Amino acid sequence: MSVGKKIYGLYNDDAILVEGAKTVVAKGIKVSDTYSPFPIHGIEKIIGIKWTRIAICAFMYGITGTSLAILGMYYFMIVDWPMDIGGKPNQYFLQNLPSFVPIMFEFTVLCAAHGMALTYFLRNWTLPGVSAKNPHPRTTDDHFAMEIDPSENTSMSVEEIQGILKETGTVEVFEK
Amino acid sequence: MEQFTIPDKVKRWSMMFMAIGGLALIFGIASLFMGGDEHAHHHAVARFWSNLLINGFFFFGIAACATFFMAVNYAAESGWWVVIKRILEAIGSFMPYAGVLLFIVFLAGAFHMHHLWHWMDASVYSEFMIESAEGVKYLSEQVEGAIRNPHFDEIIAGKRPYLNEIFMGIRIIVIFGGWYWFWKVFRSRSLEEDLGFDRDRHFKNVRHAAIFLVAFGYPISTFVPWDFIMSIDTHWFSTLFGWYVFSGLWLSAMIVAILMVVWLKSLGHLREVNDSHIHDLGKWMFAISFLWSYLFFSQFMLIWYANIPEEVVYFQARIEHYPVLYWGMFFVNFIFPMISLMDRDKKRNRMMLTIMGIILFCGHWVDTYMLVAPGTMKEGGHIGLLEVGMAVGFVGLFAFVITKTLASAPLVAKNHPFFEESVHHEIH
Repeated sequence: MSVGKKIYGLYNDDAILVEGAKTVVAKGIKVSDTYSPFPIHGIEKIIGIKWTRIAICAFMYGITGTSLAILGMYYFMIVDWPMDIGGKPNQYFLQNLPSFVPIMFEFTVLCAAHGMALTYFLRNWTLPGVSAKNPHPRTTDDHFAMEIDPSENTSMSVEEIQGILKETGTVEVFEK
Repeated sequence: MEQFTIPDKVKRWSMMFMAIGGLALIFGIASLFMGGDEHAHHHAVARFWSNLLINGFFFFGIAACATFFMAVNYAAESGWWVVIKRILEAIGSFMPYAGVLLFIVFLAGAFHMHHLWHWMDASVYSEFMIESAEGVKYLSEQVEGAIRNPHFDEIIAGKRPYLNEIFMGIRIIVIFGGWYWFWKVFRSRSLEEDLGFDRDRHFKNVRHAAIFLVAFGYPISTFVPWDFIMSIDTHWFSTLFGWYVFSGLWLSAMIVAILMVVWLKSLGHLREVNDSHIHDLGKWMFAISFLWSYLFFSQFMLIWYANIPEEVVYFQARIEHYPVLYWGMFFVNFIFPMISLMDRDKKRNRMMLTIMGIILFCGHWVDTYMLVAPGTMKEGGHIGLLEVGMAVGFVGLFAFVITKTLASAPLVAKNHPFFEESVHHEIH
């Protein structure tokens, strides 16, 4: 991560930002991120953000949950303390499987959901006590910002980038 | 406006399928008059009418559920579905054909041409009988000379206020007629809209759809599956049976929609449909497969766990006599979509959707078979030439009717207020 200042273009409409991003990218500038109070459809394709891998995480958390549930119930209900519930065969896991399925299912969902949420918070570093990273407070309200890192665009000077940004209908261009 | 004409190939194939179905029908009718002992005759009767019931119910359900899905989208005022609206309308147009057939099956039962629903038999629900030279007369009250009916079934007699031929006939006529009327109104308004947009019509559709969802939701989860399917095993009942049946039919309706869309696109039609629409339909197929599996398992597990004799008979009849078909169809209908459609890209892959669609369509046909056959034929049912021939015939008739409806109007409803939104539909 670069430590230098970044250039921000502030917009008051998401459609203008999308058009602006298209223009900026077409001129060979790499846009590192955008800030918006709500998801802007299609922006990740325009600025070339990589596809999220959270689905893969979710799958792995889910499989972990299923395995833990199976292991746990096998130990509790078969090995450690077999209980006769409604005359079901309590010595065998497989013959009792239907009664374990709801727990397997719920634990899978629990692990997948919590794992996904925690991964998301950690990856974005939005944890309790962490200071906000958005460049302008109004990007959580009614404004939209585009972030350009000069260290990723060494072929152009900061002034050139700012000039291009200003032509795309920004309400403000600033460095931070 | 884009117009669809039925390719000759489709006409030929659907005709051929219908011819196969016709042969199977003749074979089935002939088997009713073939020799053999009484047992063989009973079996032939049960098999023939079971086939009509299975296919009639399956395809009627598909048509009704396509209309239901249309109403969901009307009521939600959703935008994405506009470009596939005409396909759902076309699938819904099969309702009267299958509906009339189901009514014939019902009438045949009510007039004792078959005993799929043995609660229709007076010898079961009448407490008293008089035997005389003319035959046996069944009575519900004790009169002079009457004796107690040894076959009297108190449980079925207790269900008589609901399960009687007249009430069931009224239910079928009101429900099927009502649903068809709702479809008809949707369709005619949709065709009117091709001539010009009218804002009021849009909101009228929303209200119409909301009322339809109620008029559809209650009967499809109660009366329709209870009357046609659950009453076959008259003693047995399950409260979530209706939703279970409905979810399978709804999935089949979505599969037909997907197959139609993919097929029409391969012919070069429906240019407005993009990968996002296909992805959405794929998600529905994936999701409803799970809904169905969930309901299947919920019903199974509770009954398995409680292990109460009058409840487990239903599963005993299936698991003891049809273990391969029963577990096989559950395995296919649950595991196959889970593995093959979980990945995002697979839901956008038309080849994958087509293959899975055909497998699941067959799987849910077998599910419908499993709902009916163990009850009507006990251990004697099997999927033979008659079953396959009739099913193929129904597919032919179904394809014939829905392609005909598709060809009778422009393929895309261009004047729908959300048409533009649908064309630009994009999801990730």
